[in-house]
Amino acid sequence: MSTTNPTHDLACTALSKSFGSVQAVDNVSFDIPPGSFFSILGPSGCGKTTLMRMIAGFENPDHGDIQIKGRSVIRIPPNKRNVKMVFQHLALFPMMNVYDNIAYGLRCVGASRKEIDQKIADVLERVALPDVAKREIHQLSGGQKQRIAIARCMVLNPDVLLLDEPLGALDLKLREAMKIELKLLQHQFNTTFVYITHDQSEALVMSDNVAVMNEGRFEQIGTPQALYHHPASAFVAGFVGDSNRWTGKVIDAGNNNVRLSCDAGFDAQSHTTDTITLSRGDNATVYVRPEHIQVDTQVNADNNNQTDATNALTGHIDSLLFNGANSRVLVRDKAGELIEADVTLTGSSHDPKPGDLVRLSWRSEQALCF
Amino acid sequence: MAGSRAKDAKKLALILLFTPFALWITLLILLPHVGMMVLSLKEKVAPRVYEYGFDNYINFAQEPIYWNTLLRTGSVSLLVTLLALLIGFPVAYYIAKIAGNRTKGALFLLCLIPLWVSDLIRAFGWILLLRETGVISSALQASGLIDTPIEFLYNDATVIMGLVYTVVLFMIVPLVSTLDGMDNEMIEAGYNLGGNGFTVLRRIIIPYAMPGIVAGCIVVFMLSAGSYLTPILLGGKNSSWFTEQIYDQFISRYNWESGAAFGFVLLVFTSLVVWLGLKLSGQTLSSTVAKS
Ligand SMILES: Nc1ncnc2c1ncn2[C@@H]1O[C@H](COP(=O)(O)OP(=O)(O)O)[C@@H](O)[C@H]1O
Ligand SMILES: [Mg+2]
Repeated sequence: MSTTNPTHDLACTALSKSFGSVQAVDNVSFDIPPGSFFSILGPSGCGKTTLMRMIAGFENPDHGDIQIKGRSVIRIPPNKRNVKMVFQHLALFPMMNVYDNIAYGLRCVGASRKEIDQKIADVLERVALPDVAKREIHQLSGGQKQRIAIARCMVLNPDVLLLDEPLGALDLKLREAMKIELKLLQHQFNTTFVYITHDQSEALVMSDNVAVMNEGRFEQIGTPQALYHHPASAFVAGFVGDSNRWTGKVIDAGNNNVRLSCDAGFDAQSHTTDTITLSRGDNATVYVRPEHIQVDTQVNADNNNQTDATNALTGHIDSLLFNGANSRVLVRDKAGELIEADVTLTGSSHDPKPGDLVRLSWRSEQALCF
Repeated sequence: MAGSRAKDAKKLALILLFTPFALWITLLILLPHVGMMVLSLKEKVAPRVYEYGFDNYINFAQEPIYWNTLLRTGSVSLLVTLLALLIGFPVAYYIAKIAGNRTKGALFLLCLIPLWVSDLIRAFGWILLLRETGVISSALQASGLIDTPIEFLYNDATVIMGLVYTVVLFMIVPLVSTLDGMDNEMIEAGYNLGGNGFTVLRRIIIPYAMPGIVAGCIVVFMLSAGSYLTPILLGGKNSSWFTEQIYDQFISRYNWESGAAFGFVLLVFTSLVVWLGLKLSGQTLSSTVAKS
C-alpha cells in the first residue's frame, strides 16, 4: 500500500466515507506538493470537515488511502500522525494559559523544560506575539487566539497543517486582515497548509491551489486563476466568482461553439470546454462574468449600433451599486431579469444613472456554456 | 409620568419576586440558626435557671467519644465522596459525551428516577435485600454457595454503599452539566496535539470539569455528613454517625442546649473540610458552585 513518494506532503487516493445513507466524501483523490497552500472550497455540508477529519484520523475512511510524506497513515491513530489541526472554534484550552497551551504538545512528546521554553519563545516570536506567554486565553483578542492556535500546532513541526474554517468566527474586518496574515505565516513556516472554507474570496486570495468540492466530490482542482477563468463544470462556474447565467436550449453546436436560444428571449453565442459535449436540443446554461459585459449608454432603443461583440441586449438600469473602482450596475432586461455588469465610474455626467437605457454586450469567447 | 409608573411596576415585580426568597432565607434558615446559636450557648444550672457560656462546647471537647464519632463521620463521608466521584464521573462522561442526543435525555431521566422514591423507602429496600433472611442471603443459600444465612446489614461497607447510592446522583448532575459544556473539539485537539487517552483525561478533561467535580464533591460530602436515615437503618445502633449523637441529645436526653452545640460543631467541621478541600484543589466557591 505505502509507496514512497517524497514529492508530495499529502496524497489522498479514492477516499470515500458515508454516514448511513449520506455519502459525505465520495471518491476524492488529490496530492499536495510540499510547502504549498491548498484550499478546499465548497458549500456548507459538502463534506469538507469529514475529509479533514479523515486526514487527522478522527474518522476512518470506508475506502481509499491517505499518505503523508509518502507513508500511508490509515492505521495510525490521531495522536501519532504528524498532522496538526486548527479547529473551527480553535479549541484552545481555557483552563491553561498561552504558555501551557503551546507546551501541551511538546510535553506529550517528552521535551525537556529548557527545550519547551526555547521553542515557545521562538514560535511566539514568529506569530508576532512575543509577550503573551503568561496571558490567559480569555484575555486574548480574536485575531490573537487565531495566531496562538496556529502557534500551538506549528511548534510541533507538523508535516501538514489543517485549518477548518478558522476565520468563520471573526468579524469581517479582522477576517480580511487574517487572510493576508495566514498566507504570510504559511510562507514563513514553509509548511503545507490545507485550508477549508466555504468563502471563495478566502480561497482565491490565499491559495496556491484550490479544490472545489460539491456533494462529497471534487469538481475541479487548480490554481485560483484557472478556476476563475476556465471552470471545468457548471458548479465551479457558478460557485467561484460572480456570474450572470441564462438557461436555454441549444440550437446549434460545434467546434467548441454553441448557439443557445435563451428562455429570457434572446439568442446567445458562447464557447464551451472540450470536456463538455452539447448537441442540438440539449438544455444548457450560459455563464457570463459581470466584468466581461460592456455597458454602453449611447444607444437608442430600435437601433442596435453594431460592435464586434456577438451578444447584445438592451435594458434599463435598475440600480447602481457604487463601490469605487468595483462599481456595478444592475440592468433589467426586456424579460424582467436583472443582469449584473461592472462599470467604471468617472464621476462625470456621462456616468450611467438609474433609469438610463443601456446596451449590454459581450463576446462569445467570454461566455461559457455547460 | 408613564415612565415613573413603569419603574414603579418594575420595582413592585422585583419586590414580589424577592419576598418569598427573603422570607425563606430569614424564616427557615437564618432565624432557626440564630435560635440554635443562642440555645447552644445556654447552660442549665438548676431547673429553669440558665447561664450563658461555652460549657456545652467544652463538654463536647472533653468527651473523646464525641470527637471520634465526628472524625469518623467526616472520614467516612470523604470516602463516600471519593467513591461517588469515581462512579459518577464515568457515568456523567458517558451521558454527556458518548451517548447520542436522544439516549442522553433518557439516561439522565433514568438517573433521576430514584429521587421519586423517598429516602426511607429506599433504605428499607436495601434492608429487604441485605438482611439475614433477605433476598441475597436466601438466594445464596438456595444456590448452595453458603450453608448458613449471612447478615449483610450493620457493617461499615453496607453503610458506605447505601450512602454512595443515595448521593451519587448529586455528583452526576453537576458533572454532566459541566462536561456537556465542553466542546468535543477540545478533546480531539488533545489527541491531535499528540496526547494519549490518559494525557487527555488528566490534562484536559479533568481540569475542564474541575468546577463540576468540586461542586459535586461539596454537595455530596455535606449530604453524606448530614444524613441520618441511611447510616441508622443500614448501620444499626453502632453505626456511630454524628447526626445520631445530635438526635440523641435532642430526643433521648432531652438536652437541647447540648444538641444545638453539637449541631454547630458539625456545621463548623464540615465547612472547615470543604474550605480545606477548596484550598487544596485551588478552587473557589464562586468559580465552582456558583458557575455550575
Ligand atoms: N458524525 C456524523 N454522523 C452523521 N452524519 C454526518 C456526520 N458528520 C457529518 N455528517 C454529514 O456529512 C455531510 C458532510 O458534513 P461535513 O463534512 O461536516 O460538511 P462541511 O464541513 O463541508 O460543512 C453532511 O450531510 C453531514 O450531515
Ligand atoms: Mg464544516
